[in-house]
Amino acid sequence: MTWTSKKREELTGWLFIAPQALGFLAFVVAPLVAVVWYSFQDVNLLAGTSEFAGAGNYAKLFDDPTAPKVARATAIFCVGLVVLNLALALSLALLLNLKLRGTTVFRTVFFSPVVVTLVAWTIVWNFLLQDNGGINALLQTIGVEGPNWLRGNGTAMLSVIVVQVLKNVGLNMVLFLAALQGIPSSIMEASQLDGAGPWRRFRSVILPMISPTTLLTAIITVAGALQVFAQIQVLTLGGPADSTNVLVFYFYQQAFANHDLGYGSALAVVLFLVILVLTLLQWRMRRRWVFHES
Amino acid sequence: MAYRRIRLLAAALSAVALASTACSGGDGDDKNIALRMTVWTTDKNQLALFDSIAAEYRKAHPEVASVKFDVVPGDTSAYSAALTTQLSGGNPPDLAWILERDAPDFVQSGALTNLKSTLDSTAGYNAAELVPSATKLWTKDDGLYAYPFSTSPFGMFYNKNLLTQAGITETPDRLVASGQWTWDAARRIAAQVAARVTGKAGLVIREFEYKQWVLLASVWRGFGADAWGPDGKTCGFTSPEMTSAMTFLHQAIFTDKALPGPGTTADFFAGESGLTIAQISRAGLLKAKPFEWGIVPLPAGPKANAQVVGQAGIGVPVKGKHAKAAADFLAFFTNPANSAKLGQYFPPARDSLLNAATLAKANPLFSQEQLQNVVVNGIKTGAVLPSHTGSARIASLVQSALDPMWKPDANVPAALAGVCQAIEPALNQ
Repeated sequence: MTWTSKKREELTGWLFIAPQALGFLAFVVAPLVAVVWYSFQDVNLLAGTSEFAGAGNYAKLFDDPTAPKVARATAIFCVGLVVLNLALALSLALLLNLKLRGTTVFRTVFFSPVVVTLVAWTIVWNFLLQDNGGINALLQTIGVEGPNWLRGNGTAMLSVIVVQVLKNVGLNMVLFLAALQGIPSSIMEASQLDGAGPWRRFRSVILPMISPTTLLTAIITVAGALQVFAQIQVLTLGGPADSTNVLVFYFYQQAFANHDLGYGSALAVVLFLVILVLTLLQWRMRRRWVFHES
Repeated sequence: MAYRRIRLLAAALSAVALASTACSGGDGDDKNIALRMTVWTTDKNQLALFDSIAAEYRKAHPEVASVKFDVVPGDTSAYSAALTTQLSGGNPPDLAWILERDAPDFVQSGALTNLKSTLDSTAGYNAAELVPSATKLWTKDDGLYAYPFSTSPFGMFYNKNLLTQAGITETPDRLVASGQWTWDAARRIAAQVAARVTGKAGLVIREFEYKQWVLLASVWRGFGADAWGPDGKTCGFTSPEMTSAMTFLHQAIFTDKALPGPGTTADFFAGESGLTIAQISRAGLLKAKPFEWGIVPLPAGPKANAQVVGQAGIGVPVKGKHAKAAADFLAFFTNPANSAKLGQYFPPARDSLLNAATLAKANPLFSQEQLQNVVVNGIKTGAVLPSHTGSARIASLVQSALDPMWKPDANVPAALAGVCQAIEPALNQ
């Protein structure tokens, strides 16, 4: 083989991407393939044996009485989190975009939970949300008897969503803030001269101008919501009565607590497909509502 | 060209496979053996004791280069998940601490080495003196698949200071002496503490936290109830005895406020409650004497004076790299002399050590009377917490189905019927 300059260039290129490519193959592609393979196996984790199970693990999903509860909890969590997160992030960004004193401090305050360790954040909230915890003590000072936040069927999910929103809203807020600050002032001034009020300006100018950012935040928030785990593990363990048992937590329970790696893997594949479909759906719909897309 | 590349790739993969096989050791290794035991304790004193036993073993076994005690912190579920992950992920420990709830799965799956021949052939081991009730969970077809190194009875600890503050003169000790130590009496005392001592709870079932329902066996067994029948196939949650026990608990929680409700935490060992049901191995938390305390056996219920035992075994995974050496170390770790040392933290399963005088040497926190009443009688008469094949799955199903019961206006029989509906398919698998 002769080492032409083209071949040398080609090899150099491969060597440059090798660390990243090998890492990607080992830690992304290989586990993905393994999960799909395991989802067709009946695995005995303790004995270390496995047998081909065909589509048995996927069929199990339809006979599992807990599965509908898990699907419901996942949908509620996802919708609740996405709506609350995006609405709050946009509202905060609009407020912090005003030229007022002290906005820098508030930006820091709202963003700081993003850099706090997730588990530490959730453990603190676990104490605050106890029946005899800080939130109810605070409510008591104004004469209100708070509910048992993490044990009530309705309040447990609400608590998990709010804890998660407070943790991550700062990230979306910063993204929205950057988008708002990118709107040319000439457009805003033109709309004012045309007599548009605040609501009209928000609906007809601001929302279309920040729509690419809205698409980005929606995609990452939906994908993130479907992957929630640590909060459920620390706050509710999926309870009460499976009301907060979301798909990733259920997958973990099946695969590692119940030793049913085959069924757990099938659940993971289903989750992967759900995230993929939702992301593609959002990506395809962008042409309808994202400004600049045609 | 493409064929040549494939051949090269195949050769490279074969070389890697051969190299990894050569490095993996196996039972053939007879020197520089590094043993690893996965343990569920973070207690420095217990780990120091383990280390000292290992150091003594290594003096006589130079082929064992090291014995590492691999601490996996977390609750029982997290520990079991971590251990399973180690086993399935190609990183099995040589020895593993196994909780009683996982025993049927580990023993039935064939994941553990049969220790019987090793223990029988070890000079001075005297395996015949292991108490049958302690080894039952770890036995299959005359084989012993783990050594029950900790057989820890549950007892009722009480805070003498808080009981005095609540004006209680008929303390659990006195009630035991007069033969009136019943669940009704315990509930009454707990309710009085909670009502009369501001900011303190009555009775805490340690680690239950409305999730680890299996610990309620310490209450319901006195009512003659159990989670499932002896064959493991019949659900016991709808029996009249269980309904009676759970109604008792529900009233104690929501009517008498004798137990802190769901979502309320109180730690007995930090002086936050009058009584607690806990394993006697927790007594180490009272070493600093934060308050005056006592311990009595579990109260008698309407049907039985039932005692309950928690258990942990040490097994040798079949897939471990040095199964033979690990079994040999286990025989040393749990021989009569070391069992006596371990007895200060982990009540032994050996008949010769099960007497108050011997236990007192290693357990200075307890009086001989307490050791006799709670530990010796507890181990000899008590039954191990419920366990079943697929216990983790059953546990999560029961936990979920029991949740509706932990509300003031709950329909107890309906909730219990829901438990049986949820777990019956799993019991019969």
